[in-house]
Amino acid sequence: MTQETELVFSRPESLSDVITHYCPGCIHGIVHRLIAEVMDELGIRERTVGIAPVGCSVLAYNYFECDFAEAAHGRAPAMATGMKRVRPELVIFTYQGDGDLASIGTNEVVHAAARGENITTVFINNAVYGMTGGQMAPTTLPGMVTTSSPYGRDVKVQGYPVRVCELISQLDGAAYVVRRTAYKPAEVRKLRKALKTAFQVQMAGLGFSLVEVVSNCPTNWGMTPTESLKFVEERMVPYYPLGDYRVKDEVKDL
Amino acid sequence: MKTLMKGNEAIAEAAIRAGCEAYFGYPITPQTEVLEYMSRRMPELGRAFVQAESELGAVNMVYGAACTGARVMTTTSSPGYSLMQEGVSYITMSFVPCVIVNIMRGGPGLGNIQPAQGDYFQMTKGGGHGDYSLIVLAPSTVQETVDMIIEAFDLADKYRQPVTVIADGAIGQIMEPVEFPELQEPERPEHPWALTGAKGRDKNIVTSLFLGAQNLERENLRLQEIVAEIKANEVRYTEYMMDGAEIVIVAYGTAGRIVQTAVKQARAEGIPVGLFRPISMFPFPYEPLARATENAKQILVVELSAGQMIEDVRLANCERLPISFFGKMGGVVPLPDDVLAEIKKLV
Amino acid sequence: MSHIVIDQDRCKGCELCTIVCPQGDLVQMADQFNVKGYRPSAFVDPDGKCTGCALCATMCPDMVITVYRTPRKARTG
Repeated sequence: MTQETELVFSRPESLSDVITHYCPGCIHGIVHRLIAEVMDELGIRERTVGIAPVGCSVLAYNYFECDFAEAAHGRAPAMATGMKRVRPELVIFTYQGDGDLASIGTNEVVHAAARGENITTVFINNAVYGMTGGQMAPTTLPGMVTTSSPYGRDVKVQGYPVRVCELISQLDGAAYVVRRTAYKPAEVRKLRKALKTAFQVQMAGLGFSLVEVVSNCPTNWGMTPTESLKFVEERMVPYYPLGDYRVKDEVKDL
Repeated sequence: MKTLMKGNEAIAEAAIRAGCEAYFGYPITPQTEVLEYMSRRMPELGRAFVQAESELGAVNMVYGAACTGARVMTTTSSPGYSLMQEGVSYITMSFVPCVIVNIMRGGPGLGNIQPAQGDYFQMTKGGGHGDYSLIVLAPSTVQETVDMIIEAFDLADKYRQPVTVIADGAIGQIMEPVEFPELQEPERPEHPWALTGAKGRDKNIVTSLFLGAQNLERENLRLQEIVAEIKANEVRYTEYMMDGAEIVIVAYGTAGRIVQTAVKQARAEGIPVGLFRPISMFPFPYEPLARATENAKQILVVELSAGQMIEDVRLANCERLPISFFGKMGGVVPLPDDVLAEIKKLV
Repeated sequence: MSHIVIDQDRCKGCELCTIVCPQGDLVQMADQFNVKGYRPSAFVDPDGKCTGCALCATMCPDMVITVYRTPRKARTG
């Protein structure tokens, strides 16, 4: 006896029907899908423009069904600024990794936030430079071994990690700055909500929104995907605490 | 009706008259007045203005706005233009239009704030990485600057490329009477490639990334075709007192203007000298220069640099005539009398 | 009955779907390889225990899992 079933989970319209080049178990795939779900839910696919970084997600423009631009390394928030200032009716998001946002692009993201640009930045923090083969990132944890910190990150000569949410939340132009993760379904749901709020903040013209996702890199961490999620939970999240770092009052009324 | 205006301010107003919807810039002497003027005028007209965090930020804001098909400009001076090279290379390979003005100053390095022409190589031979050449227009008066800025926007849209204007601190700072065309609402042309939201159409992607050798070769061939078209159609130059000239002086921009006065003086003294002034530094007027010097006996190149355009003059000349050089570096600007003295040495 | 459909040819064998099933082990790694050389996941639900909660699909980075849920009314009715 077969009972009728309804389809409750399938590909969002805004997510392209292609196989991605991301490694098995990479959280990029989850975040892409969540952004696409939010675009569908808010009905903004036809007026959204994404800006891809230099990093593993350099080909993000192949994975979304909306207009997309490819930025120079770190410059996506400046591109987004230029775009939004001439076409304020567009919903514009940048999608950036550790090197792109916290190393070469720090100036651009800090000033986009300071100016309160009505754009949304999705920041994927996985403590390593993935695309180029696993070098140390500004977010690499102390003691972590990478291809350019082969003895483990020595804070005396290689400095301490950069906590982006804490940094950006100091800027008055930032309206919504939160840190989430995706290592288990409950966290994935919270991340989805944060992404939706971030886009809504932009659409309400409340200022700069940033969602940092504490993420994994099984390949360059030398772990299986399931091991890497454990590392996110047990080592990354304690250093990069989840939470809301800056939420303007008006955001709560959305 | 003519207005007396400083070069930098005229550049800003010219862009506005050309329908520039957005200006992104960063303060740097000797062109900061462009930024300041724009900061006042653009909001008056409901258009976009941002003082960026750096020239890196400015050129990338230009890139973003250009992706949407809007007319957009930035201006800077030599050190800032160096910073912009990454962006220029990316914008060029993305086939989106914009206008970039370099008000040259003494270099290299931090240099000084006096007028110079030391960025010729950088502007005409690429500047950023990769195979490309952009249109480079060289005005020598404020009115020419106004006219060329307005034309630059049309050329940028026509070729889907950045178009550059090469000027210097003298032009930026000098005040002269200028005329502008009527102020109109900017037209938003329908560009099928623009990022305007994928409504009722497939998505557009603007990128300079083409993985795979065949893909990148294809895009490079496309770019080279545009360069070839530009070479065929956009050569510009002007001649002054070239009839029967035995000495042909080649100079552009402010140097050209100084030489013009010297040539007039020399002719008054009976010296058969003329000025060939290139206006498109790229595409360089090789053939017109070769034709113009057919019956000359020698060439003198005058630049505010160690000698950069002189290499293009040599290419046009094909080792036919002797070429002399008179140049000043560091922002030293020679007087017409200095040039006249050089002319007399050659007689 | 609630169930999932796994596009095994697209699966990259990351196993994230196998660790979140509230029923325990309805999603397991298959014995064979797919066309890409990965061992894909497989839906193993002989007793019809799947509730269509979609937690497995939530964790999948590659949109490999589609979920069909029996509406509550039909289940209890």
